[in-house]
This record gives sequence, structure tokens and C-alpha cells, in this order.
Amino acid sequence: MNTVLLEARNIGKRFGGVQAHGAGKTTLFNVFTGLYPRDSGEVWFGGAPLGLESPHAVAAAGIARTFQNIRLFGNMTALENVMVGRHVRTRAGVFGAILRSRAERAEEAAIRRRGDELLHYVGIADRANDLARHLSYGDQRRLEIARALATDPKLLALDEPAAGMNATETAALRSLIEGLRKDGLTVLLIEHDVKLVMGLCDRVAVLDYGEKIAEDVPEAVRANPKVIEAYLGTGTA
Amino acid sequence: MDILLQQIINGLTTGSVYAVVALGYTMVYGVIQLINFAHGEVVMIGAMVAFSVITSLAGSGLPPLVIVMAAVVAAIPSCMLMGYLLEHVAYRPLRHAPRLAPLITAIGMSIILQHLALLLWGRNPLAFPQIIDNRVFGIGGAAISSVQIAIILLSLTMMAGLSWFVYRTRFGIAIRATAENVHVAGLMGVNADRVIAATFVIGAGLGAVAGVMYGSYYGIAHYTMGFSLGLKAFSAAVLGGIGNIAGAMLGGILLGLVEALGTGYVGELTDLCHWPIASGMLAGHCADGGNFVLFGSNYQDVFAFLMLILVLVFRPSGLLGERVSERA
Amino acid sequence: MKTPRERIGLALIALALIALPFVLAAAGTAWVRITNFAVLFVLLSLGLNIVVGFAGLLDLGYVAFYAVGAYVYALLASPHFGLHLPFWVILPIGAAVACIAGVILGAPTLRLRGDYLAIVTLGFGEIVRIFMNNLSAPVNLTNGPKGINRIDSFQIGPVNFSSTDTLAGLAFSGPIKYYYFLLLVLLAVIVINRRLQDSRIGRAWVAIREDEVAAKASGINTRNIKLLAFAMGASFGGIAGGMFAAMQTFVSPESFVLNESIMVLAMVVLGGMGNIWGVIAGAMLLSFVPELLRYTVEPAQMALFGKLLVDPEVLRMLVFGLALVLTMRFRPAGLWPETRHRREMSENRR
Repeated sequence: MNTVLLEARNIGKRFGGVQAHGAGKTTLFNVFTGLYPRDSGEVWFGGAPLGLESPHAVAAAGIARTFQNIRLFGNMTALENVMVGRHVRTRAGVFGAILRSRAERAEEAAIRRRGDELLHYVGIADRANDLARHLSYGDQRRLEIARALATDPKLLALDEPAAGMNATETAALRSLIEGLRKDGLTVLLIEHDVKLVMGLCDRVAVLDYGEKIAEDVPEAVRANPKVIEAYLGTGTA
Repeated sequence: MDILLQQIINGLTTGSVYAVVALGYTMVYGVIQLINFAHGEVVMIGAMVAFSVITSLAGSGLPPLVIVMAAVVAAIPSCMLMGYLLEHVAYRPLRHAPRLAPLITAIGMSIILQHLALLLWGRNPLAFPQIIDNRVFGIGGAAISSVQIAIILLSLTMMAGLSWFVYRTRFGIAIRATAENVHVAGLMGVNADRVIAATFVIGAGLGAVAGVMYGSYYGIAHYTMGFSLGLKAFSAAVLGGIGNIAGAMLGGILLGLVEALGTGYVGELTDLCHWPIASGMLAGHCADGGNFVLFGSNYQDVFAFLMLILVLVFRPSGLLGERVSERA
Repeated sequence: MKTPRERIGLALIALALIALPFVLAAAGTAWVRITNFAVLFVLLSLGLNIVVGFAGLLDLGYVAFYAVGAYVYALLASPHFGLHLPFWVILPIGAAVACIAGVILGAPTLRLRGDYLAIVTLGFGEIVRIFMNNLSAPVNLTNGPKGINRIDSFQIGPVNFSSTDTLAGLAFSGPIKYYYFLLLVLLAVIVINRRLQDSRIGRAWVAIREDEVAAKASGINTRNIKLLAFAMGASFGGIAGGMFAAMQTFVSPESFVLNESIMVLAMVVLGGMGNIWGVIAGAMLLSFVPELLRYTVEPAQMALFGKLLVDPEVLRMLVFGLALVLTMRFRPAGLWPETRHRREMSENRR
């Protein structure tokens, strides 16, 4: 992976990355969220460099993510999946759990409430008590987003959220992301569905073989000759 | 007597047995990433079958070498059949199950085989009859017995034979291809089921010979012998890099040497009377050439486990192997 | 909270459990002892269930923590060192020492992939046993293979658990006292397990079991949470070990072999990994079936063949081995699988 500089300036922007297949978007993502070690360089977030040694620290710093090939906790209910997302923002330990202290009960109730809220927010409240693995594909994507939102992120990184979705599901996803933006969340969207990215994002960066070849507002990127050559030139758009 | 040389000879002997057993673990792991926990038991059955053949033929007047050959010839197919059945009955139905399921099955099979052996051969250690005149040769102040020479030579021959098979024959190439990538190998026309079954059968065949060697080296066979032997051989496979055939051989020999040298010297090294600081405080114990040994040679079995833990913690890929840490 | 019907049911179960030892005593004190050991195994299974069932970490050396608890008790309450501390001091010490042992084992090894972790824990269990066997020289710490004898029984005020007391015409033998004590501990352990399961920590354990990478990305410090599972499981093992030492009044390395670990694992696997009630049922089943076999197969063989062909002890291990193999083959989630689904539903109804 070569040097990649991506900048998301303002809260409430959607930042999209488009690229040809195999150009390293998921790798970038994994480096970015601490799952892969990086050779050199830094990721700056909120004005400070992120210590990327552990993914949970990245989540604590306010970056939440989803996975290209949905990774839910299959044998937990939808609600429980979201409740797990609250882990990083809550404190109860073993003794609190065993003694069921007042503080612990209040926290547990708050976790459950927030879980319910988020399931409502992404529109799958009626599936709260179903096992995650029993949900439909589209609902699983939503659940993953709800779980990510439960960590109170400042930046939500979506790894190819539209992969494998049909037109209806993609449209629903689009309005969900629009809503997130309206609520003041910065979204990093990594996607090769050019239409979705161009329609949703405020700024777009294009990667080609791990190298950033363009970054600008969607219209400018669309007109960039390098981009046309690298991506659109293949005739897919 | 030269202790160092003696321990090296002993270590090479047990090490080559470990190496042969380790090959069984590593080949199976290479193709299906399963720790065939029951492999140690297969080796034990090999020793048991050999014991039965040798005791029943001991009084027959046949030449000793013929009897030993007969024992090996009986042990190999018994173990191969065992390996085949293990794969077919216990592991194959679980090929697509979660990772820990076949391991749990393997543990269950190991317990079952152990206790079936207990039923067949009894609870007590079985002493191999001394049919071969075990001659001892002196070299450089140490002793090497003809059994030791035979074990080392036979092991080396089998390792060479396996290497030739895996690297030079068509079927060997199919095995390596499957180990590399089951799906691609399948696309190339390799029958994965056959390859997997073959690794079990070959591993078990090698294990049978190892069982005979181990039994005749220590002179006894016991229904629990497969457990620690298996664990040590597995440690050897991990040390060399699991899935790697050359690694298993290297790891086996190294583990044998470490164990022999460790056992030989640990008593002296942890004798506090040799430590200037401690010996003063322990004057009562250390007077008149007395000693205060923290860990003696009775800790022999600890070395393999410690080595296993250290390797997995500091170099999980082993000396020659693939990465084994969790993939993202 | 609970319907009247459920309350009556619970009360009946409680009464039955209280009356049980006297019914068993009528059939022979041996049956009370057998029941006590079954409860002890339930405790062990519940401890292992935290590690294997909740967190999905296959621990094959669990018996090591049991051993640590037993030896702590033996050393602090026997003539071996001349120490005779009361049990309520020693049991927590045993739990703490076992917990530390769990952390020592877990810290370097928990990043290993599941099957490697299994083998390393197995090696650890063996190392502990080898040390117990050999730490009789140069300083006699464990008394080696001979083990430690004449361990103190529990003593609460004037009541000693090794003798029989008569109260209201009922004979409370030693095993019956231990039974009640075990029942109390079991109740506490069940409550603790239930609460842990429904807590932030419990969810984190299951999340790690289900998908470690996703758990990490969701903000769980997987290393610490796994370590916590190890430590908790080990503590339960330590407590069970202490009680084992007191009940037997004798410990030796013989009692802590790999087979014991595998027996406990079989109970968890057969009952249903992760499901507390399933694990309890599995432990009960695998404790009593071999005993029933012992009492039926032995006389049957004597009658049929005039001699003992299959030792009941062997039969017992065969049952455990088969339980592991058959469960994985036909009911991988166990006889009573974890049903988070239904549990969640009933809680919402509340």
C-alpha cells in the first residue's frame, strides 16, 4: 500500500472513495481501522494522530466501521448485536454485573434503550429479538450500521455497503446514509458503485493500485482525465 | 563417559521418533488445518500390535529379525486402517463445521481409542520381550546401541522416502497442491477427498513404525503412551512450522535434542550448591558434596510443553512454517 | 415477575432438593457422595462454560485450576505444614490463586488461534501436574505422587463436616452436610453465571466467540475480555478444587489428569455450550450415567460371564469419548442448545 492521503474536513460531510476492483480499498480500510499493521505513516483523526495498534482503541477514538462481507454476531439477537456496540461507551465490570448494583442496572437499561432506538433508526425494530443470522441481507447491512452507530462514532466508515444489494435495497441504503449526514455524522464511504458515490458524497477520492489519483468534489472528479483513464476508461460507466 | 555426546545420541534417537510422528500431524494439518489429536493413539496402537505379534512369535524359533519385520508388517496396515477410519467416520462429516468441532471430535476419538486399547491389552505396561541381542558400541566416550542405530537409520530412510514421495511423485504434488489451496487444487482435477484420506493413511503408516520403534527403544508399551508422545510430536511439528514437512523433521530432531540435553543438564544447572550466592545460605545442604537441586531429570516431560508454549508465543509460525495467527 | 404457577414449581423443586439427600441416604451413603461429586462437576462445568461456552475459548487444561484450588486447600488445612486455617478463609485464597494461574496462562497465549490455544492449555495442565508430582524435593511442597493426607474437613462453629450430627431426629452425616453446602455454592454460581451472561461483559464474551474481528472493531478490548473469561473460569475451578480436597480429605496428582479436563469438557459440550441449564443437565447426565452403568454392568457381567470383562471405569471414559464425538456429529449445539432467542423474548415479556 502506497501513500494515501485522505482528508475529511467538516463534520457532516460524506466522503467517498471510488476505485477499480483490487486497488486496495479494503486493505486501506483495515489499516485505517487498526486490523492490519501499517509499515509507516499515520492516520490523523480529530486533530491528533491515532494510535492504530488496536482496533478497539480506534473505535474508542470515534471511528466505527462496517465490513464488506457483513460480520455480525450471528447467534446473538439483533438487539444484542447493537448492545455490544455500546460496550466501548459503558463501564460495568464483573463485580457490577454480579452484584447488580444500582449504577449497573441503570447503565444496562440505558444500553438496552439505546439499542432499541438505533434499531428504530435503521428501520429494523421489528426484528429486535431475531437472531442476526436469521435476518435478510439488507436487514443485516442495516444492523451492522446500527451496531457501528452504537459506538457513538464521529466518523462512520462503510466498506462497500451496497455490495450485493438490488436497486430497491440500494435506494433504501442511500436514504439511510442521507439521514446520517443530516444528523451531523461524517461518513466515509468506500464503494465502487459510482452512481451511489457521486450522488451521495461531498468529496470524492479515487484510488488506483493503492495510489490516490484524484480528490475533489464529485463533478470535478468525474471530469478528471486520470480518473477517466483509470476507472471509467475501462468502459464500466 | 562423555555426557554431552551421550545425550546427543539419546536425543537423536527419540528425536527421530518424534520427527516421524510429527510428520503425521503436519501432513494432516497441512491439508485440512486439523490437529488430529488422535494421531498419538494411532502410534500407540502400532506399538501394541507389534507387541502382540512379537510376544506370540517369540517362542516360535523364527530368527529375531523376521519376527520384528512381521511385527512392523502387521502394525502398518492396522494403523493405516485406523487412520482411514478416523478420517472417514469422525472427521469427514465435520469438514464444513466450525473449526473447533473436529478438534473436539478428535479429542473424543483419542479417549475412545485409548480405552479400547486398555480393554484389549490391559491396564499394565507391557514389556517387549528381549528378542534382539541389543549390542552396545562405544564411540568417543559414549555408548550407542544397535537399536538406537536402527531407529535413527530407519527414521532417516522413511523421511527421505516421504520427501521423495511428496516432492517427486504425481500424488505427492497433488497433496502439496491441496495443502496450498483446496479449491484451486480441486479445479486442477485433484480429488481432495482422496488426498485428505491419503494423508491420514500415510501419516498413520509412519506412525505405526514410530510406535514399534518407540516401544522397542523403551522396551514397553502402554495404553497411555500415545498421549505424551503425541503431544511431544505435535510440539515438534509446531516448532518446525506446522504444515511443513521438512519443518516436522527438523522440529522432531531438535525437540529430541533439547529434551535430552535439558534432562541431562537441568539438575546440574539448578543445583543451588553450584551457585555461589545460594550455596552459602544452604551450607547445611551443600556440605560434603551434598546438593540442593531445584529441578531434576524428573522434569523431562516439561521441556516439550515449555518449548511448545515458547514457540507459539514468540514465533507461532515455527522455524520453517506459515503464519498461524488470526487472520483479519 | 413470575406467575404463581412458576412459583409453586420452584418451591417444589427446592423442597425436592432439600429432601433429596435423605432419600439417597436411604439407598446408601454412597449415593449421597455420588451426588456430591456430580454437583462438584456441575460447578466445574459451569466454570468451564464461561471459557468454552461464552467466550468460545477451548481450554483443555481446566483441571489445572481445579488442582491449584485443591492443593491450596490441602496445604493450608492439613498436618503437612501444620496449618489449619478455616475453610472460609482458604476457599477465597484458592479462588484467587487459581485466578492468578489463569491470568498467567492466558496472558501470553490468548492471541493464539483457537486450536493452538487448546493444545497450549493442555500442555499447561500437564505441566501443573508434573510439578505437583515432583515438587517434593528439594523442599517438600506437595509431597509428590504420595499426595497430601488428613486434610481438614469443613468446620462451622461446633459442626464438623466429617462426623454425623442428629437434629430433630434426622441424621446429618458428613456427606449430607457437604451436599447442602454444595447446593448453596451451586445456587450462588448459577446466579453469578446468569448475571454475567446478561451483562455487558457476558455480551462481549459471546461477541468474541461469534466473530472476534467484528468484536474488536466494535470496540471490545478482546485481549482483556478473554483474559477475564479465563480468570473467572479459573476462579470457579479453584473453589471447586478446594471443596474437593475437603470432601476427599486427600489429594494427589492422580486426581488431576487430562481425562478430568476432558470429562468436564464433555459435560459442557453435551449439555450445550453457552447454555447454563444445558450445561448443568449435561454434567448431571454424565455424572450419573457412568455410576448407573457401574451398578448394572458389573453385576450383569458377573452373572453372564462369571468375571469382569469391561471395567466400569473404562466404560465411563468410553461414554465420555462417545459423548464428545456423537454430540459434534449429530447435535453440535448440544442436547439443550443455547437459545438466546427465546431467552430474549421472555425477558421482553417481563
